[in-house]
Amino acid sequence: MTDGATLVTRSTRTTNIGVTAVGGLVLFLASLPFWGSTDTLRLLIDVFLYVALASLWNFLAGYAGLVSVGQQAYVGMGGYALFALTTKLGIPPLPALVLVGMIAAILSVPIAGLLFRLRGAYFAIGSWVVAEVLRLAAGLVKPLGAASGMSLPVTIAQSLGRAQHDRFVSVYWAALILLLIILLLIFLVLRSRYGLALTAIRDNDLAARSSGVNVARTKLVVYVVTAFGTAMTGGLLFLQRLRISPDAAFSVNDWTALIIFMVIIGGLGSLEGPIIGALVYFLLRETLANLGSVYLMILGAVAIGVMFWAPSGIWGAIRHRWGLQVLPLQLRVVRPPSSADAIDAQIKS
Amino acid sequence: MIAWLNIIIQGTMTGGLYAMFAVGLSLIFGVMKLVNVAHGDLIVLSAYVALIVTETLGLNPLVSLVIVVPVMGLIGYILQRGLLNRTLGDDLLPPLLVTFGLSVIIQNGLLALFSADNRRLLAGPIEIASIQFGDLIRVGVLPLVQLILAVLVIGGLQILFYRTSLGRSFRAVSDDPVISETMGLNRRHVFGLAMALSLAVVALAGVLLAIRTNFDPASGPTRLIFGFEAVIIGGLTSFWGTLIGGLFLGIVQAVAANFDPGWQILAGHIAFLVVLAIRPQGLFGRVT
Repeated sequence: MTDGATLVTRSTRTTNIGVTAVGGLVLFLASLPFWGSTDTLRLLIDVFLYVALASLWNFLAGYAGLVSVGQQAYVGMGGYALFALTTKLGIPPLPALVLVGMIAAILSVPIAGLLFRLRGAYFAIGSWVVAEVLRLAAGLVKPLGAASGMSLPVTIAQSLGRAQHDRFVSVYWAALILLLIILLLIFLVLRSRYGLALTAIRDNDLAARSSGVNVARTKLVVYVVTAFGTAMTGGLLFLQRLRISPDAAFSVNDWTALIIFMVIIGGLGSLEGPIIGALVYFLLRETLANLGSVYLMILGAVAIGVMFWAPSGIWGAIRHRWGLQVLPLQLRVVRPPSSADAIDAQIKS
Repeated sequence: MIAWLNIIIQGTMTGGLYAMFAVGLSLIFGVMKLVNVAHGDLIVLSAYVALIVTETLGLNPLVSLVIVVPVMGLIGYILQRGLLNRTLGDDLLPPLLVTFGLSVIIQNGLLALFSADNRRLLAGPIEIASIQFGDLIRVGVLPLVQLILAVLVIGGLQILFYRTSLGRSFRAVSDDPVISETMGLNRRHVFGLAMALSLAVVALAGVLLAIRTNFDPASGPTRLIFGFEAVIIGGLTSFWGTLIGGLFLGIVQAVAANFDPGWQILAGHIAFLVVLAIRPQGLFGRVT
């Protein structure tokens, strides 16, 4: 140990506490199927899937700068692919879910090839066109119920569990595992070389390019990973609902507007933000009466307000005020203490 | 052959409206690099304003334009000065997300006020009046008026942009907002005027479309997408290119609808994606 050496680390006392807390929370959630009521499971499935969608959208927009208002394309694609694979090919729902993700990932490559020709806001509207094309096309496919949609046959639903509660337990496990995989995947990508490249792109596209970041490839990777996760989430959403129709599957309000508002309110461009945003949304939804369309207006107005007065959202405000960091993502320079012993102590902690 | 000619003429006339949606969009993008995601919902809002005006004052929707167009222009100016000016800057995200939020607010506000029912503006006998050209070609008066108005509006914008002092201000703030302010321009005011102009144009188009097709609170996004597609197909360079883009889109839709009405909208979107795939700079864009 030489004096004056600088220690660069991601861990701080708060991230150590944070990681422990996250571990505890996961264990708690994993115990829930053994004692929770059907209603609790139903609510938490929704929470998990919305957190997944919000985290994925944030990954796409907050890190890769690909602001899409067409992610409902992949939610709907996932739902329809699941219904098609289970009813037409007889594949059991949960294995089909993995196939659904792969199908969406493969299809997302040519879609990205088209959409990446559009910049910024034009990319956003272009992505919406793709979702509209899929919505209208789904309305023309007769074997999948055309415009009126279709229901999942009882036999397939029962393959997840005979009683309703058992069915929710199966979907709950699938949703929890999917969410953890998605969050872990995003976490690992952000900690990898790609994460550094992404942060650079988020902060300054041109500077990232001139530092040797392959911007186009990095964005493509994020787009495909997001499509994969979004489609699997969509598959689960409609597996829980047991019914699908073009308007429900490709709804811009349900799968994109709500999600964007959650991410903005929670904090764009951080791993924690979308989770907080989704929790805030569910807290409001469960405490306020169902206000229907007025509700979406209020959320939209709050999101606009946040955009103006606290662009980094709730999480950004918390982090800014207390310098908090729950997950070990950000690198910090720890000032070297005067003696070598102190540095040793730092490394051990 | 004549049947086809009629279909293409029909498409051209709807395309004129799409072109007006599109110039409203490209005008503000040109002046302040803002892509207004709420554009379509503002188009639909203008139809509802016309609905209120026609129902309370008993006016013909075409006459109501005298009120609707200035009202929408005023809304545009207030929106820009009060809200959208604050989002402009280097970051693309705030304007995009704020206008997206605005779109959801307008849509759901209209839903709460007017329910999800389909509406249409009734313009009386002019709706079915038509002019006979030769023996076989028959053109509706209203669609013809639309097309003529579209060409006049786009020609007018071209003149306004390149021949008047207001147009010079638009181009100046677009080229360099900071320098233009040192030359005595108030950028915020100029942006406000551009948005007012944009909404005045789309109010005209929105009301005309509402006479011909049904609308409901959720039909905004489709209108935005038509306008956007016309802009990209036209090539982002001139108002005339945008007009051609709109006409192209209208014709593709009309031809597809003739085969199967279910394909009308879808074919328009697919044509756009095909153009994007093989000629990303648009039909009339310069190669970059």
